[in-house]
Amino acid sequence: MKGTAKTKALSALFAVTMLSATSIFYMQVVKAGDSLKDDGLPSGISKVKVKPATDDGPLDEIISGWHFRSKETKNLQQDDFENPGYLWVEQGEELWATKDGSKGKSCKSCHDDPAKSMKGVGANMPKWDAKLKRPLTLEQRVNTCRTQGLGAKEWKWESREMLSMTAFIRNLSRGMPMNVQADGPMKPWVEKGKNIYYTRVGQLNMSCSNCHEDNYGKNIRADHLSQGQSNGFPTYRLKWQKIGSLHRRFKGCMKNIRATPYKPGSDEFVALEIYLSQRGKGLEIETPAVRN
Amino acid sequence: MKKAMHTIAVCALIGATAASSAISINDASANPVTPDKVKVVDGKIKTPLTNKPGNAADGKNWFANRKLGNCLACHVNQDMSSKPFHGEIGPAVNAVATRYSPAQLRAILVDAKSVFGDQTIMPGFYKVDPGQRVAKKFKGKTILSGQQVEDIIAYLLTLKK
Ligand code: HEC
Ligand code: HEC
Repeated sequence: MKGTAKTKALSALFAVTMLSATSIFYMQVVKAGDSLKDDGLPSGISKVKVKPATDDGPLDEIISGWHFRSKETKNLQQDDFENPGYLWVEQGEELWATKDGSKGKSCKSCHDDPAKSMKGVGANMPKWDAKLKRPLTLEQRVNTCRTQGLGAKEWKWESREMLSMTAFIRNLSRGMPMNVQADGPMKPWVEKGKNIYYTRVGQLNMSCSNCHEDNYGKNIRADHLSQGQSNGFPTYRLKWQKIGSLHRRFKGCMKNIRATPYKPGSDEFVALEIYLSQRGKGLEIETPAVRN
Repeated sequence: MKKAMHTIAVCALIGATAASSAISINDASANPVTPDKVKVVDGKIKTPLTNKPGNAADGKNWFANRKLGNCLACHVNQDMSSKPFHGEIGPAVNAVATRYSPAQLRAILVDAKSVFGDQTIMPGFYKVDPGQRVAKKFKGKTILSGQQVEDIIAYLLTLKK
């Protein structure tokens, strides 16, 4: 386990060779559904296609990105023992109990058993923070705990530590419906995110909706367009050969349409994340999802 | 392993992120009509963008090239059936020459919105900074040069079946 945690650069090959080892540890971490259904997810997350809970959304049905992937990619996610994303989940579990910072504390010092204290948390983030008077994404919440609770340095957005911790926490909500607050003080953030979602940008002059609302289910060259839902993040991407954050995905989509992306963690991307959670409200958390 | 296969088949998006911007729109001799001077009238642009006639063989390349037209990202093209991964976002371009005149094709390519309306997803290939927040390396540039547009038109005119 220690060996895994120390790994800094995970090359493709390394990740593959580590798979078998990860699986063994994983057995001790979360109890995987042992009976896999044909084209479904392991028990507990079989319902990946649901009607929107609210009827003010633009979509008739909300569909997890899992459905749009190839059989091989689907299977890789389905099988917890093969899913390379569990490498990060497992590293996150280790970090949970690792002391850091001037106060000599770990996450465990305050939150104890994560299976109890963190269950459902990942399904409700981003969440309004009354003290800071702003919403916090899971990453921002973790960093607030690190600076204020632990007296430790912030983790970088796309660092191995942050990806591991957020994958670990979100995984503890796996199978639970996304349910992020949208009313009250969150309302202006939903609106801001919606505005970004429908604004055309870049040299190709496209909006998120052009691909993920108007054309999902169709092929765009070699890629099968999904609804661009957020329920699987952090997601293991075969293209990245590692797990990545939702904001990294936003950046990628914006670059592809030749626009200047916003920065990960910016208010714009936080708003976009909040808005996406409304579009996908009721979809079950799949972290760590596997996509191409 | 399986993964290698995935990665190959995966990452074709509309514009490659690492696209080079080798497109020059300032080649005055071949390219006298600058983007701001082009006018669409009744869904047509009658005057070619350059003095040099379009080259269909070149146009065929630009049509498929991911960093240039990347038309194949959105359009099925029977004439390229040997190439994998034809997109399904727009209509198939099979026999497109039987449906449109050169002047109409020119308008579609230069500024698809002027023909199909503002809602269309098809980019304007000879427009400067159409969207907000255009990435720095594409600022002030068109997706295709005037000559490349003419080449693609020449190619599309060969699609009669
Ligand atoms: C030119 C088309 C296009 C545009 C515009 C676009 N995307 Fe995407 N996006 C894709 C493709 C292709 C994928 C990978 C396949 C899929 O899941 O749809 C993707 C994937 C995603 C995913 C991952 C979905 C999953 O299940 O893992 C998210 C989230 C996403 N996009 C959000 C956005 C947002 C937000 C915007 C606007 C800022 C946007 N996209 C704009 C093409 C696009
Ligand atoms: C991002 C998607 C996209 C790309 C890229 C794209 N198109 Fe289109 N194209 C469309 C759509 C969608 C339509 C149909 C008009 C509409 O409904 O908006 C269309 C329509 C057309 C038509 C009219 C077809 C007919 O039968 O009515 C032609 C011709 C055409 N495109 C050519 C091209 C060429 C050539 C390129 C590349 C230089 C290209 N397109 C790139 C989406 C695209």
